[in-house]
Amino acid sequence: MKVEATIGKNMQPLLRVENLVKRYAKQSLAGTPEEFLALDGVSFTVFPGTTLAVVGESGSGKSTLAACLACLESPTAGSIWFAGREIAKLEERASRQIRPQIQVIFQDPASSLNPRWSVMEVLAEPLILQRKFTREEIDRGISSLLERVGLSPDIVERSPTELSGGQRQRLAIARALALEPKLLILDEALSALDCSVQAQIANLLVELQGSLEMTYLFITHDLAMAAHLADEIAVMDRGRIVEQGQAQKILKQPEQETTRQLLAAVPRLTLVPPLLEQ
Amino acid sequence: MRYLLRRLGHALLLLAGVSVLTFLFTALAPGTYFDEMRMNPQIAPETIAALRAQYGLDKPLPLRYASWLSSLVHGEMGFSFAYNSPVAPLLLVRAGNTLLLTITSTLLAWAIALPLGTWSAERMGRLPDRLLSWGTAMLLVIPDLALALGLLVLAVRSGWFPTGGMASVGFETLSPFNKLRDVALHMILPVTALVLSTLPLLFRHVRAAIADILDAPFLLAALGHGIPKRTLLYRYALPAAANPLISLFGFSIGMLLSGSLLIEVVMSWPGLGPLLLEAILARDLYVVIGGILFSTFFLVGGNLFADLLLYWADPRIRTESNAQ
Amino acid sequence: MIAILEIQDLHVSYRSSGGGLCPALTSVSFGLMPGEIMGVLGESGSGKSTLAGSLVRLLPANARITRGAVQFEGTDLLRANADELRQIRGRRISLIFQEPSLALHPTMRVGEQVRQVLAAHDSLGKGALNEQTRQVFDQVFPEEPDRISHSYPHQLSGGQRQRVLIAQAIACGPSVVIADEPTASLDPTTQMEILGVFRNLREKLGLAMIFITHNPALLCGFADRVLVLYAGKVAECGSAETVLASPRHPYTKALFHSIPTVFDRPGNTRKTKLPAILGDSARSLPIRGCPFEPRCTEKMDICKEREPAAVNLSASHTVSCFKYES
Ligand SMILES: Nc1ncnc2c1ncn2[C@@H]1O[C@H](COP(=O)(O)OP(=O)(O)OP(=O)(O)O)[C@@H](O)[C@H]1O
Ligand SMILES: Nc1ncnc2c1ncn2[C@@H]1O[C@H](COP(=O)(O)OP(=O)(O)O)[C@@H](O)[C@H]1O
Ligand code: SF4
Ligand SMILES: [Mg+2]
Ligand SMILES: [Mg+2]
Repeated sequence: MKVEATIGKNMQPLLRVENLVKRYAKQSLAGTPEEFLALDGVSFTVFPGTTLAVVGESGSGKSTLAACLACLESPTAGSIWFAGREIAKLEERASRQIRPQIQVIFQDPASSLNPRWSVMEVLAEPLILQRKFTREEIDRGISSLLERVGLSPDIVERSPTELSGGQRQRLAIARALALEPKLLILDEALSALDCSVQAQIANLLVELQGSLEMTYLFITHDLAMAAHLADEIAVMDRGRIVEQGQAQKILKQPEQETTRQLLAAVPRLTLVPPLLEQ
Repeated sequence: MRYLLRRLGHALLLLAGVSVLTFLFTALAPGTYFDEMRMNPQIAPETIAALRAQYGLDKPLPLRYASWLSSLVHGEMGFSFAYNSPVAPLLLVRAGNTLLLTITSTLLAWAIALPLGTWSAERMGRLPDRLLSWGTAMLLVIPDLALALGLLVLAVRSGWFPTGGMASVGFETLSPFNKLRDVALHMILPVTALVLSTLPLLFRHVRAAIADILDAPFLLAALGHGIPKRTLLYRYALPAAANPLISLFGFSIGMLLSGSLLIEVVMSWPGLGPLLLEAILARDLYVVIGGILFSTFFLVGGNLFADLLLYWADPRIRTESNAQ
Repeated sequence: MIAILEIQDLHVSYRSSGGGLCPALTSVSFGLMPGEIMGVLGESGSGKSTLAGSLVRLLPANARITRGAVQFEGTDLLRANADELRQIRGRRISLIFQEPSLALHPTMRVGEQVRQVLAAHDSLGKGALNEQTRQVFDQVFPEEPDRISHSYPHQLSGGQRQRVLIAQAIACGPSVVIADEPTASLDPTTQMEILGVFRNLREKLGLAMIFITHNPALLCGFADRVLVLYAGKVAECGSAETVLASPRHPYTKALFHSIPTVFDRPGNTRKTKLPAILGDSARSLPIRGCPFEPRCTEKMDICKEREPAAVNLSASHTVSCFKYES
């Protein structure tokens, strides 16, 4: 709840996105060229140490947004300000410093973890690339990262393919943390996991936010989890943010039809009154 | 459609590039057709110089290339010194014979490799599959030349089929049906050699491609719907494995073509092979260039055909290329 | 009523690369009534897909069904020969696989893929076959059956692909459909839509269904009965109302607790710790005793010593836990 207190204090936002537009060239089957607006003027701000959840149906542009923020795609128009500086206008040198501060975690960590590497190598790589650590510091860094995400040190010899889905997701988070990011973009990072494992990772995220002042952009189609983790929720529909506000408010008094539909579709365990009392 | 047009553009560019390169290389190669004449004291140096001038060999390279291009447009492709005739008609007959050999053996090799490879992949690891893999591995290590010579020896000893050329003596007097039969008989030996030289490679690729696909979830799903085994293999697995195989098809045409040039020489099949060899030895410049260009043309044509097949076979490529 | 599909004492193991057998399902028994939807709940690795596969004997090559029987219409599927099985698969019992984008042939039009299923089981003429295919598409895609049936899988959305899988599954009018996490990769709106399709089909065709999922919330108001698997064993089984509203097994309880309940709880529970089940899934099993013991918050001394047997709490509710043994 410390988090909410800081927002009020007229702080500088960590991330400010203004009028972001992403247009994909596309050609219909008939052969006439068509432009597809994946992002249609998206603007929002995220303050340090808070979580913004982005929800919406498939194809609403959530992943495109993540890709633009992580510099995996270049936006057609608009600007992205990170820690007070415009990302697109950074010079080579500054960009190499700033970019590692934004890390992305995807739904399927298996696709971004090299199966031929061991857990040790996966974690050592970002540390080695920073070129400022000795061998010993790297070893110590790896064990503290493992501890931080709750992985036991005896898995360092295994390959990512030999880990469970939850362990792989923890490993992906650990690797992202190695670069000491300020902003973590989680693109459907929990969607492929079981409920019980989702809860474990969600707890880890909350804990890291407490201890490291992490800022999250939490992309999901699971509104219950979004509401649990986020300070604010932004609802996307066809490339636009149609509604944005305090998580509680969006849940209780949704203003847009899209939001109401999304809320209505959330499957709930409504048959569990005895649980609520506990 | 754009995809195909682009492919066609690439092919034409490639042909132009090859023609320029062969021109350059043949110009760099030592000696010309007239060098031997120069040894002959009975021919005056002036005569040779006149001949050279007549054929334009004294002109600079770009000019020669330009005049060759214009002769190409007129359907001549330069002039053969040895045959004393335009190159194109000369090559055309030979190219037809080569094509007959190449196309027949391509079709035959694939017609055997596809079912055999699929059949073997389904029995992966069992005795028939192991025997086939072992046999093809043996065939793979025997050089083409040794294979051809071996077959030749076999044919000569047994006397079952004609061992050289494309037609028997007195071919002209035969009835149309017997003509066909005669050519077919003459084709047996070279076609067998060609098929045997490529079959192992094709078989192994088909087998690997099908074996890869047999684990795919959609085949498991089809099995779960009770699709019969034969349909599963030939209607589901084979088309799904088509992409790498079609690319291999384009490649195999090239392989069979170059194999064919060699086998033609060994088995005196009147195709491009012997002509090209003769022309190189005699430094019959334009025939060499024409022969190389014809071969390249077949190669490129084969790959273009494979692209066409790919476009037809894979809807994903169709939409992708439309989207670009 | 008698069960249409009766699973008796099913044991399935996988042969590991070392040569040993590791059990994936142990002593699973239950019956599926005609027209009933049985929800199977369990975490990743608990044996859900193994269960689905072994019912129609579609398992990886290294799987061994070591014991048990699956009675269906008078035959034991585990002892049926290949041809009998082929006749039953797709015609009497259909499977819907986990990943809709992988379960369809990538270069065959989806209409053709449904037609092939029909052709595999009925020797119809060409016209009749096409007519039947059309009828199936009319049922699953009432809006635009023709456009969809002429499409390739990559031209369809996730929800549409899932509907095609459903079309394949119901094409021959089976009496049992086994769906393995059919909505796991879909967004909530599409998920609800697909559940609606299933519900409609059950009403229209009287299908019995085994619906496998790891999300208990999906089963609310959808399943008639719920079976909870843990480490290849039945932890709890009962009617959906009982199990979902008052779960008894410590694992089921813990699983339901780990779902965020911001919607239903009064007050602000945001960013609080979710009561997650500690420890790492069913992979590290104890050699003896209750499989859930290492992660159980209500364990007792006896739990380490031997395995709990199934206890009948009521006629239709069984739990495998020492807490209920008297
Ligand atoms: N091919 C295999 N070889 C060896 N072990 C296997 C194989 N497939 C599954 N197993 C093991 O069998 C058990 C049950 O696996 P299964 O895939 O049926 O679980 P599941 O509940 O469907 O999980 P998920 O939600 O991940 O699909 C697990 O312990 C798993 O490790
Ligand atoms: N590389 C691409 N080319 C063309 N269209 C794309 C591309 N990536 C995404 N899109 C389109 O942009 C829209 C938004 O996609 P995406 O960001 O993946 O949404 P989400 O994450 O919400 O599923 C979709 O309709 C998708 O078809
Ligand atoms: S038997 Fe014991 S360990 Fe197992 S679930 Fe019950 S209380 Fe927990
Ligand atoms: Mg996405
Ligand atoms: Mg599964």
